[in-house]
Amino acid sequence: MAQRFTYRKLVKSYILWWLFWIAAQIYVLHNLGLALNSSIADSLVSNIFLALIGLVLYNVMRFYQPEKENTFYLHIWVILITAFCSISVNWLLSKVCVADTYYTKFIEQAFPFRFAYNFLMLAFISLMIWMIFYFKNEQENAQRKSDTEKLAREAELTSLRQQLQPHFLFNSLNSISALAGSQPEEARKMIQLLSDFLRGTLRKDDQQNISLKEEIEHLRLYLEIEKVRFGHRLNTNIEIDEKCLEMKLPSLLLQPVVENAIKFGLYDTTEAITISIRTTSIANELIIKVENPYDAETSRPVNGTGFGLSSVERRLFLLFSRNDLLQTEANKNIFITTIKIPQS
Amino acid sequence: MIKTIIIDDEPLARTIIKDYLSKHEDFTIVQECNDGFEGVKAIQQHQPELIFLDIQMPKINGFEMLELIEQPPGVIFTTAFDEYAIKAFDTLAIDYLLKPFSKDRFDKALQKWKDQRHSIEQISKTESLIDSNSKQPEENLRVVVKTGTKIRIIPVNDIIYFEADDDYVKIHTPEGSYLKKKTMQHFENVLHPSQFVRVHRSYIVSVPQITKIESNDKENHVVVLKNNTRIPLSKTGYPKLKSILGL
Repeated sequence: MAQRFTYRKLVKSYILWWLFWIAAQIYVLHNLGLALNSSIADSLVSNIFLALIGLVLYNVMRFYQPEKENTFYLHIWVILITAFCSISVNWLLSKVCVADTYYTKFIEQAFPFRFAYNFLMLAFISLMIWMIFYFKNEQENAQRKSDTEKLAREAELTSLRQQLQPHFLFNSLNSISALAGSQPEEARKMIQLLSDFLRGTLRKDDQQNISLKEEIEHLRLYLEIEKVRFGHRLNTNIEIDEKCLEMKLPSLLLQPVVENAIKFGLYDTTEAITISIRTTSIANELIIKVENPYDAETSRPVNGTGFGLSSVERRLFLLFSRNDLLQTEANKNIFITTIKIPQS
Repeated sequence: MIKTIIIDDEPLARTIIKDYLSKHEDFTIVQECNDGFEGVKAIQQHQPELIFLDIQMPKINGFEMLELIEQPPGVIFTTAFDEYAIKAFDTLAIDYLLKPFSKDRFDKALQKWKDQRHSIEQISKTESLIDSNSKQPEENLRVVVKTGTKIRIIPVNDIIYFEADDDYVKIHTPEGSYLKKKTMQHFENVLHPSQFVRVHRSYIVSVPQITKIESNDKENHVVVLKNNTRIPLSKTGYPKLKSILGL
């Protein structure tokens, strides 16, 4: 674990640091034969000035941190600031302590020393500041990395669970078992559909984008199977705008949405239902609308997104860092899910 | 002939039961149903001895359907995958078939039912199964009631209060009140304790519906609901309600 910097601790040590140098400088100057009040004035003015410049540096670096390659410029800056600082301190002190002629002479002679002292101080401070931000950044990066990894793992787990869909799988197998007795040809067809569908789910890499054409093919397989299961109760209506076919979207993104539509369509009403999927594109976005009937009286969508679509929303957020890509609306007895996919 | 009914929303799932059952000449299928609503009607009309019942079905699930029938017939459940249900079955040893099931397994289930069909034990098993299932947490908690031939699904958030009425419980909602053959104890167990409070031997109120608590004198307190109904608080109900409201 990297050491944590707290703001409070930082301020405390900064103040202590300067108090130490103020005291040290007073002691040294006084020993060199300067009057006590001149020593105090010199020490206070020059060190407080440096401390203030340190604060300015800290605030500048908070917003702009030089890259490793640019540290050369940082050195130049430090030298320039040192020069500015040394000259202004000398000027200021010569104004304040005009009465002490020994002192005014002294500060002229001591200029190179002051310059060296200021340079070392400022170089040290800027190095420290740079290190503080460097470690802070490292910490944040590590945190972000572990967060992303955690999210990726969770997403993987959920998608695995969704792919397995035990309910769907066992019911499909049951249908095949039924068909095998009376309509072996149909049973064979169903096995084919189910195999193609499962192969599709297994092959696809979650991280990759695929074309809308591919995703729709996969959905068609799924819908075909569901139609065999539910017979004439399930109708589908797929309208794809030609120009969208080659547009990209994250793989297996639509399946949970359609699954959800079927779940609420078929289990929320007793009549025959139609699930429609329509795609268009506006500006540089692929737009997919999935519609299903539902019963407004017995199942009301819970807060905004409603119906288990949160995993889809989350995935979109992780991929595009946008919260507005999945929208739902309930219109009389039709529930509409709209997904927007920005095209890069 | 033993009358049976198949209730499953998937036509092919019914086909397979028909297939397997056709080899048993002592059974006859009097009706096939697509959902629980049809199921309730068909059971009342034909009074079958045995039903094959799917759990996940449109509108009301298999358990909710059974709740609506006064004297449920023998039940063999058929389900693809339902963690809660399977747990409930296993504890009560009522037979269930996991889809897809084999002919052998189906025959065994029939034999098991035949062996114990006249025992009272079986009926009580079915009843306790329904009870234990309704305790399961559900996303959309609701109460299913039957008025005459109509079946109503009441979301719990629509319920104002419950009132004991002999062997029944009266459920009051803004649209009217409905009777259900259950005990107050049952609802007290099933409902979320922070939303519904048993304030009296005969009353359970919905906490969000409460507007104020009034006291007639030192001993007697009344809770006033949004629709101005006044419900008495019992000696134990008053402190219970106060603690839930954080008073």
